[in-house]
Amino acid sequence: MLKLGKNDLGVFGFVVAITLLAPFLMNPFPEGSALAQFNAGYPDLMQRFVIFGIFAIGFNILFGLTGYLSFGHAAFLGVGSYAAVWMFKLLTMNIIPAIILAVLISGLFALVIGYVSLRRSGIYFSILTLAFAQMSFSLAYSVLTPITNGETGLQITLNDPRVLDTVNTTGNLPVTGLFGLEMRDTATLEIAGWAFQFNVGFYVSALIMLAAFYLSIRVFRSPFGLMLRAIKTNQNRLNYTGLNSRPYTLAAFVISGMYAGLAGGLMASMDPLAGAERMQWTASGEVVLMTILGGAGTLLGPILGAGFIKYFENIFSKINDNVLHGWFNFMPDFMENVMVTIIHPFVGKGWHLTLGLLFMIIVIFLPGGLVDGGTRLWKRLLTRKQDNSSSVVATTPAK
Amino acid sequence: MGILEVTNVNKRFGGLRALHDLNLSVDEGTVHAIIGPNGAGKSTMLNCFVGRLIPDSGSVMFNGASLLGLKPHEINQTGVARVFQTPEIFGDLSLLDNVVIPALAKHDGAFKLNAWQRVTSRLEIREEAEHILEVVGLIEQKATICSSLSRGDKRRLELAMCLIQHPKLLLLDEPTAGMSRADTNNTIDLLKKIGERGITKIIIEHDMHVVFSLATKISVLAQGTIIAQGPPEEIKGDPRVIEAYLGGELG
Ligand SMILES: Nc1ncnc2c1ncn2[C@@H]1O[C@H](COP(=O)(O)OP(=O)(O)OP(=O)(O)O)[C@@H](O)[C@H]1O
Ligand SMILES: [Mg+2]
Repeated sequence: MLKLGKNDLGVFGFVVAITLLAPFLMNPFPEGSALAQFNAGYPDLMQRFVIFGIFAIGFNILFGLTGYLSFGHAAFLGVGSYAAVWMFKLLTMNIIPAIILAVLISGLFALVIGYVSLRRSGIYFSILTLAFAQMSFSLAYSVLTPITNGETGLQITLNDPRVLDTVNTTGNLPVTGLFGLEMRDTATLEIAGWAFQFNVGFYVSALIMLAAFYLSIRVFRSPFGLMLRAIKTNQNRLNYTGLNSRPYTLAAFVISGMYAGLAGGLMASMDPLAGAERMQWTASGEVVLMTILGGAGTLLGPILGAGFIKYFENIFSKINDNVLHGWFNFMPDFMENVMVTIIHPFVGKGWHLTLGLLFMIIVIFLPGGLVDGGTRLWKRLLTRKQDNSSSVVATTPAK
Repeated sequence: MGILEVTNVNKRFGGLRALHDLNLSVDEGTVHAIIGPNGAGKSTMLNCFVGRLIPDSGSVMFNGASLLGLKPHEINQTGVARVFQTPEIFGDLSLLDNVVIPALAKHDGAFKLNAWQRVTSRLEIREEAEHILEVVGLIEQKATICSSLSRGDKRRLELAMCLIQHPKLLLLDEPTAGMSRADTNNTIDLLKKIGERGITKIIIEHDMHVVFSLATKISVLAQGTIIAQGPPEEIKGDPRVIEAYLGGELG
């Protein structure tokens, strides 16, 4: 089915299910309960899950398959966002032209940066991409202000031409949409104590992510993907086998740059503004973390990694001392204060600390990332079951 | 005119003359053995053929065209394949993938963004790959990740990777080094078997048993230059060779 192998179909089906059911799955705790803090089922965050999912899926095509570690992919995300906002300003608030332009421009940008950076490999490649991204970041703040609107960031205004849209007489800023559907529209389903939110922007992004994910599976399983893996394992051998690896790495670089541009375009489609900080090296580093955390070179890894990091960023950073006191107020005052003091550095503004520790634990104990850990656990469970029933176990891991 | 003509090739590493006015002519369809002591320049010579090293001077002509100035992948495309002294394989991939890659490389040429075709859908290539693995006796392990193979099996895999490309010239750098006697004999049989395909071979070997069972011609390399050359019987008795390299070994 869908021209996918059995395992891949399983993985794809799993991702389709969790993505489409995300408004339920991310909202396990009833409204108003003490644990409602940990709900992630609100539109903003769910949009970010899938958009960063796209970013990481694309990054994984480059890093996971070829082993070339780019430290500048946020530049393509930023370029995609700027391109999309310009479409909203000049053409229409419909997100389709915006997204198409975002992908094309970032692809072109990736072609140029990739062409130069891929003349080197290893650490030198990483440094070159980093340098390009920082250069783009600085340019966006300075020389390119007419295009990027500098520190303020690029926004839509009432005076923009928007040649395809009807004249706006409401006096309010127009909103992004897709043939009448507004991205910010949200339907809420209330069942007992729960309130599940279904947002148009999330579902549009989710469908695009699923398409992007499907495409990445096909790339992974294609001869082209096999060549990319060959580059990672032994580029030397590949050259003596009659293949010039450069066009392959460049194609992978451009594809992953286009994924990043797609993510950037979608980001702008959810909220039509673009700022240079999206291109900063921390943003490039984040997608590296996502991919490694989830499992570089695995299909599912980048999606899990993106979800994991975005969840921490948004949920843990919201837990402040008041919330902590709320949790521990069943304890005597003295104990309560001790507990709050202990946990305080790890939450709120300190969420980076928690994330950093988790990252270290995962990299040290699960070098293959979350997917690897999951696979090992799964295998262990299977073998235990097998002892009882002696069933046949699949040899290929369910990556 | 041989299929490979090497004239006056020189290669220096700093003060060391690794190749010194090297001349070599390899006839089409022959098995040409190169023997010589450690450090004689045998691997350096092959490196100059496949584009890993560029000679300081001299010329290397293959099938009437110069190989100098071509990139490694371009040299391979002219029909030259090489088995390295330390096996160069795709360690993280399965044996089958290792053989499929060179087949695809041959099939598709330099570059093809064929993301829409699954490897398994390319049945002919897969079948050919399985056939080659069968020839070298590794078919049972086709799904194994090949970094776990023994040294001898890695060599045989690398040989399969070269064979699937149907090269015109096959360069073998010590194909039996580190192999057990039985494995060595297997490899000799294998190389004899593929001899029927009419591939010209240059084989570098320290093991005289291998050399004398395969070679149709032998060149002796010492200090970067060919000191003797001829059919096996002749080389066996050549006093210069015995002195320079073989010592009493053949006695
Ligand atoms: N890339 C290099 N840089 C510097 N010196 C080199 C290089 N490659 C080879 N040499 C030197 O050139 C000489 C010839 O080396 P080469 O590897 O060709 O010998 P060989 O005949 O293949 O020996 P062996 O039988 O041990 O494989 C040696 O002295 C070696 O140290
Ligand atoms: Mg050698």
